[in-house]
Amino acid sequence: MDFEIWDAHVHLSGVPGATPEERLGRLLEFADRLGIRRVCVFMGLRWSYDPSPEEFRRQNDEVLRAIAAFPHRAFGFVYLNPKHTTASLEEIERCVVEGPMVGIKLWVAERCHSPLLDPIVARAVELQLPILQHTYLKATGNLPGESTPQDLAELARRHPRACFIAAHSGAQWEVGIRAFKPHRNIHAELCGFDPTNGVTEMAVRELGAERVIFGSDAGGRSFASQLAKVLDADISPHAKELILGGNLKRILAPSLARKGFG
Amino acid sequence: MANHSCSKESLTSVLQRKADRQAANVPKGPLVARREFVSSGSGTVGFTLAAAISPGLSAGILSQPQSEIPVPELSLPIVDTNVYLSSWPFRLLPEAEPARLVEKLRAYRVVQAWAGNFDALLHRDLAAVNTRLVRSCRATGGFLLPFPAINPKLPNWQEDLRQVVEEFAAPGIRLHPDYHGYSLDDADFIELLGQAAEHRLIVQLALMAEDERTVHPAVKVPSVDPKPLVDIIPGIRGLRCVLLNAQRVTPLPLLAKIVASGTVYVDISWQEGVGGVANLLSYVPAERVIFGSYFPRFYFLSAVLKLLESAISGEALANIIHKNALSLLEQR
Repeated sequence: MDFEIWDAHVHLSGVPGATPEERLGRLLEFADRLGIRRVCVFMGLRWSYDPSPEEFRRQNDEVLRAIAAFPHRAFGFVYLNPKHTTASLEEIERCVVEGPMVGIKLWVAERCHSPLLDPIVARAVELQLPILQHTYLKATGNLPGESTPQDLAELARRHPRACFIAAHSGAQWEVGIRAFKPHRNIHAELCGFDPTNGVTEMAVRELGAERVIFGSDAGGRSFASQLAKVLDADISPHAKELILGGNLKRILAPSLARKGFG
Repeated sequence: MANHSCSKESLTSVLQRKADRQAANVPKGPLVARREFVSSGSGTVGFTLAAAISPGLSAGILSQPQSEIPVPELSLPIVDTNVYLSSWPFRLLPEAEPARLVEKLRAYRVVQAWAGNFDALLHRDLAAVNTRLVRSCRATGGFLLPFPAINPKLPNWQEDLRQVVEEFAAPGIRLHPDYHGYSLDDADFIELLGQAAEHRLIVQLALMAEDERTVHPAVKVPSVDPKPLVDIIPGIRGLRCVLLNAQRVTPLPLLAKIVASGTVYVDISWQEGVGGVANLLSYVPAERVIFGSYFPRFYFLSAVLKLLESAISGEALANIIHKNALSLLEQR
């Protein structure tokens, strides 16, 4: 069986480069040193919490440029703002249906239990696209539009046929994993918080390895610290394979098949 | 009473013997089964880290069957300057048991580890905490070196310091300004630094224990501002300081200033961002960067993989993973 590490969560940040493709090229150099074969990329060179349609189109254009330069290494997720429903649905058509992207990314513009997300989720179900939703539970206070794990649980309950990837697992992962457990359509993603010992073991114990996904949040985070969460976890080799790539391959399979990826 | 042999010859030879023994007889566990050691040959440094790990990952993880996922490792002995005994207050860590902690560290070719005690964060009877720490470290035959905690805001902290020097003969102390609630321009803290320097103790200053965003809601742990160190350190003659868990609250330009202000080292456990250690080295010379894992709170492998990600090799690698730590001990 061939096995590859697929990273579910990479941004065009943290490395120098004037263009999206330059930055992705640099990121892949670091990924290569750790044996990471594929990366999912979303959001552009400059971010904003609440992007206008023009802004998220620009950012998606930058990701399209980046992944076009590395078609065998990088997949794109389309970045949307649920406050702009029509523009977001149009962006799915442009970047996914007519373009090469294979998933949806939602960040902090709107808390994800909002009904504003429903049309986007419904379209994702039709297209069998995963939705990677930022989730964080901050002791210092969340941003106004920042989703908690509980918010995602509510959304997942409303849309049982949708497939969600819970980015960061809420960061306070003991809470996040508990919130996700009843909803089998939520996958806990491990990136974007410190490499705290025990997170992967708890996620596997509570959710099963089939519902845990490796991501790095590079370049803001190092590939290294995030990969250690899986490689150093006291779980079976089979569980590691699922987390490091097997699960993401399975989730992306419909999209990849449509787009002719082998 | 512990007597840490820190003379140059004895320490170096002891560590080399330990490294040789480990290379010959590595504990086998689920995580280290099928591990392949790449010898550093004569023990010289060079491209050993990348050569040892990268092909293993590429050829191993990417193509081998599932039972053969390799765990990367360094081919040089490691001195880990940032480990803890006992349990994180909010979660039972599997390696809270010293024997298990030591077993795992040895499996990763760690030949010596500098240990604090998580109990020191919240316990007020630091004398008891430190006594347990020293007892546990002594039981490892010198593998773990104790770095007892001092809280300069507790009454009669001078007695704790006396105990560290006269009874424990510890090489240094570990301070926790965040959990102990003082700023780095606090007069008692500065007094403690001065006395530690007089006793030739290494001062490990742990600037954070946890990301402020994920702390338990029942505790309010203030973030520590490291800026006062720039002015304080030059005024304390003989001070040797190691910043642990520093990077989240210390931007690299400020870190460079602090390191340049005296005999100051910084560990890599909290260095983040892609290529993070290489970024760190663009601000701080490799002679002042030191290996720390913050294990078992953090997965140990995080620190090792950071070195690989940044392609650290040669003399810089040797400095970071053991030479600088040994040099610090030898200065006592």
